[in-house]
Amino acid sequence: MLWLVLSAALTPIAALVVGPLIPPGNGSVQAQGQVFDNQVLIGVSAPIIVFVLVMLGYTLVVFHQREAALEGPPIRGDSRLQLWWIVITSVTVLGLAAFGTYELVKDGAGGGQGPSATFLPSNHSKAMDVQVIAQQWEFTYRYPTYGGLETPHLYLPADTLIRLHVTSLDVVHSFWAVNLGVKADANPGVDNVVYVETKHPLALNIRCAELCGLWHGYMFDEQGRVVSQPEFASWIKQQQVLYGPIVKDLPPYSTTYYPEPHLRAG
Amino acid sequence: MLLASVTTITEDRRSMVWKIVGTFVGVVVAATLIVFYVANWLLSGPPIYRPVSSSSGAHLTIQTVAAVGPKLSPNPDWVSYLIQKPSGSWERSTIWDVPAHSTVHVTIYQFDGDSGLRNPFLARPEGLVGTPTLDGKPFTQIDPDDASHTFAIPQLGVLVPLAGVPDNAKNQCGYAPCDPATMAHRTITFTFRTGKKGKFRWQCFVPCAAGFQFGFGGPMQTIGYMDGFINVV
Amino acid sequence: MTEASSTPRRPLWRRLFGFNLLAAVVLGIAGWYLGWYLGKQATAASLSYFGDTDQNDISVFLGYTLGVVGFLIGLGFLQYPLARLRGYPPSLREKETEGVGRYFGLCTDHKVVGIQYFFGIGFFFAIGGLNAMLIRFELLRPTPVFNAGNYLTLVGLHGTMMMGMMTSAILGPFANYFVPIMIGARRMAFPRIESFTFWLLMAAGTILMTTVAFGGFPTGWTGYGPLNDQANSGMDAYIMFFALVGVSMCLLGMNMLATVVTMRAPGMTWSRLPIFVWGVVSTSILNLLAAPVLIAALGMGLLDRTAQTTFFISSGGGSQYLYENLFWFFGHPEVYILAIPGFAVLLELLPVFSRKPLWGYRLAVAGMLGVTLLSFLVWQHHLFMSGINSNLRPFYMLSTELISIPTGFTFLCGLMTLWRGSIRFTVPMLFSLAWFFNFLIGGLSGVFNSDTPSDTTEHGSFFVMAHFHYTIMGGLIFTFFAAIYYWLPKMTGLELNERLGKIHFWSMFIAFNSTFLPLFVVGFKGMPRRVVTYAPNLQFLNDWASVSAFVLGLSMLLFLGNLVYSLLFARVRAERNPWDSLSIEWQLPSPVPVQNFDRIPTFESDPYGYGDGAVPVARPAGAPAAGS
Repeated sequence: MLWLVLSAALTPIAALVVGPLIPPGNGSVQAQGQVFDNQVLIGVSAPIIVFVLVMLGYTLVVFHQREAALEGPPIRGDSRLQLWWIVITSVTVLGLAAFGTYELVKDGAGGGQGPSATFLPSNHSKAMDVQVIAQQWEFTYRYPTYGGLETPHLYLPADTLIRLHVTSLDVVHSFWAVNLGVKADANPGVDNVVYVETKHPLALNIRCAELCGLWHGYMFDEQGRVVSQPEFASWIKQQQVLYGPIVKDLPPYSTTYYPEPHLRAG
Repeated sequence: MLLASVTTITEDRRSMVWKIVGTFVGVVVAATLIVFYVANWLLSGPPIYRPVSSSSGAHLTIQTVAAVGPKLSPNPDWVSYLIQKPSGSWERSTIWDVPAHSTVHVTIYQFDGDSGLRNPFLARPEGLVGTPTLDGKPFTQIDPDDASHTFAIPQLGVLVPLAGVPDNAKNQCGYAPCDPATMAHRTITFTFRTGKKGKFRWQCFVPCAAGFQFGFGGPMQTIGYMDGFINVV
Repeated sequence: MTEASSTPRRPLWRRLFGFNLLAAVVLGIAGWYLGWYLGKQATAASLSYFGDTDQNDISVFLGYTLGVVGFLIGLGFLQYPLARLRGYPPSLREKETEGVGRYFGLCTDHKVVGIQYFFGIGFFFAIGGLNAMLIRFELLRPTPVFNAGNYLTLVGLHGTMMMGMMTSAILGPFANYFVPIMIGARRMAFPRIESFTFWLLMAAGTILMTTVAFGGFPTGWTGYGPLNDQANSGMDAYIMFFALVGVSMCLLGMNMLATVVTMRAPGMTWSRLPIFVWGVVSTSILNLLAAPVLIAALGMGLLDRTAQTTFFISSGGGSQYLYENLFWFFGHPEVYILAIPGFAVLLELLPVFSRKPLWGYRLAVAGMLGVTLLSFLVWQHHLFMSGINSNLRPFYMLSTELISIPTGFTFLCGLMTLWRGSIRFTVPMLFSLAWFFNFLIGGLSGVFNSDTPSDTTEHGSFFVMAHFHYTIMGGLIFTFFAAIYYWLPKMTGLELNERLGKIHFWSMFIAFNSTFLPLFVVGFKGMPRRVVTYAPNLQFLNDWASVSAFVLGLSMLLFLGNLVYSLLFARVRAERNPWDSLSIEWQLPSPVPVQNFDRIPTFESDPYGYGDGAVPVARPAGAPAAGS
């Protein structure tokens, strides 16, 4: 009884009040999807936590040993209760799995999907390609639709579906754009595709999320931005002036690279 | 309370004294070993170099060498950065203090051969005041295959590619320290500004660690060789 | 005491010669130098990169290998096989030795091995814990204080040491000591192998500590390639450590299974087996099947580092995914190897302290076996963001979520055992009760992680760190301490101070939760794992976690103090059955005599007959009547 009351009170608070406060926030459609997903998870977890804690608390208070040498009743099991428990937990778990699958299939949920992504957002054919190159210990970015231009910081236009191609030149890194809700491992020789639909202008917090050597902790980029589309267009022009001369020295744009030395140097 | 219960035990007094002494000694030894371990290993690293700054800002004179030699390192064949102390001698230090909100002028004597950049994008200097010079001539980009090392402070946006000594140059340097007056080298100068205080890491981006996978292991991942900190104080 | 002391003790200097720890250390060092020399010979003519790097991995590996071989020969492990080869009959000769010396060598008495494990693992646990304190010290501020490279090795050392050693945290000391007793046997199926697993583990731990002399390793405990190929020679210590730990785990599992399957006393049917033994059986299955995969993956890493193969280098034709999949195929059962013994101890202790039978015995067993089976089907949830084929992700999300069902059985059986019981709040019971709270949070955060969309933000961040510390430390380590407080009186015959125990519990429980609860938030806010610096706005939370961690470390020191005080100074003789347990080991004297039983008992029921004219599970001949 106590459990029902507490659950009914706490669950909405947890799910609706605390839930939206949890990152990654609403920087992108995928991030919003994750927030909703987390809200559902909290909504399911809260009654479970309350149930276990209330039952535990009640048990410990009420069934505390009163007199020494008092034994408890010899109850060894109750098959009805066991059956109900199995049914309820299975239904809950399967429901969560189904919901998670739905969220995932919708648009990939901001996670890296490898070279042949199968969970595509509905308008994926109009996505803008941007490549993220991870190397020890820096991220650089290439824009194939702008002549393979490479820049040191990531700028993305707002309200656009973007197809990020994440790859690495050496060891395994992970591209984690925290407030976009995007994470994709950067593997050498692999094109890890992840879809993200940006919304409004935003300062990006990009971190490497896979231990890649000495400066893993310093492999971050706090100067990335999501900017409005006109601002993006002018930024690209500016970058083309700045980094245009070196484009001819870059290898042609490709989804994977094997720069020398591939193996042990020297 | 503890001592009272100890003395009421019906044990041989001498054995108890031995136990107390033994435990105490054990604790002291263990604590000493631990502190030794912590201090020696975790705080190890190259010495911090603190250049004297003048009205025109701080000056750093650096050399990059192909093999650091047995006198300066337990790994004699590793590449390394060295910095020149005011007395003129060269020290293997990669942690440098520079003043905040000031200009830092850097001169690098580059003694190593080229390895080439893995990402040619990094052959373009960035984040500097004015144009850097290579052997006296200003440059806006080097040939990516000519790069021998880079000096980059990603958090400040500084990146300077350092061109390599040609393979057929005469009088190349063996073990460090190398002498700019007599041995083949390239001279690169550049200037950058520092802002507020902080500790910023710098690294080389050229795969110059011979014998390591992708050329990025060993000296490329050890502070004191090809990586370090710029302490803006 | 049943041992007869008939032979006079030889002088000390004579006792130092022979197959013992001293000989082992000497031969180990000799083996190291021999291996190093052989490695130098092998590389003289080829593999020029050794000259460039000033490192010789072949020498290091051969040195470690021959060092371990020398160490094991010195302890005397080769004696018995050689004797049998020459035709001597089978014997357990080593069991008869007495005195403190037998704890420092090869002893076939499973009880001695249990105590060896307790102190050996305790030692390495302390080292791992010290590493953790240093890590939290470094993370007090976003600016690094320690050498950044050595900090990475420190992080790797903490994880590796804990994951390698704590897999045997409960199986080692307590299963080795009590499983034969609980099933009514006098020994394990393979006593020398049992001792072998212990000494392998000690050799492995020592090797791991030597990584510091070779420059450390930068990969963390997961050892991903190709970074593991790029690393200095310190990486070889990591590879040797896990290879040896893998062998130790595999053999320990095999030994446990063989013992439980073949050596049960009359009347000890599978449905009367104590739940602790069921837990050991489940864990042993995982040990036996998962550890070899790790050894294989590390063997490939070894070849990559020495013979210049490219198993994990994609530009050479290999793939980093090979390592990731092999490692996590081991890695996921590994974490259940850590968790299931926790369930086992919990469910073993709850009936004793609620004075009720274990509720839902079959369900609990089904839960453990279910977790065992499912744990082999979930490993790719560690790779959700890696770029694996996206069609796999819903399957692994489902299988991982399914694992929470059998885990829930343990919750149900535990809670219902408590329900309407007569609960005594002794120190072991307090630690067991804490499991419910800790594993609840740990398990639910695991559900968050298994949900792929939610995992996008959580993978590789401090959220995962908090999750597994809640399940492993909150689940395993708390029950580890419960087991210590519960069983140490039986193993040593001495009581542990109860007041200090309660202070230890409360300080540990509060400090533990205070340390790891903020880390969930830190993870969501964008702090990746294994970093030496972080965004300044996270400093307050990190400081809170660090200070709590220091308090946690102090509580561990308090436990150590309790141990030293109780075992060395106070030495209060423990009663034969201080907890009034019905289980067989509590019907025997403390410490348990060498032969365990005068006569093998016949079991009449499982040990959970509380509540109705409680009788102990069996009456070995000569034991006093029940209820004393």
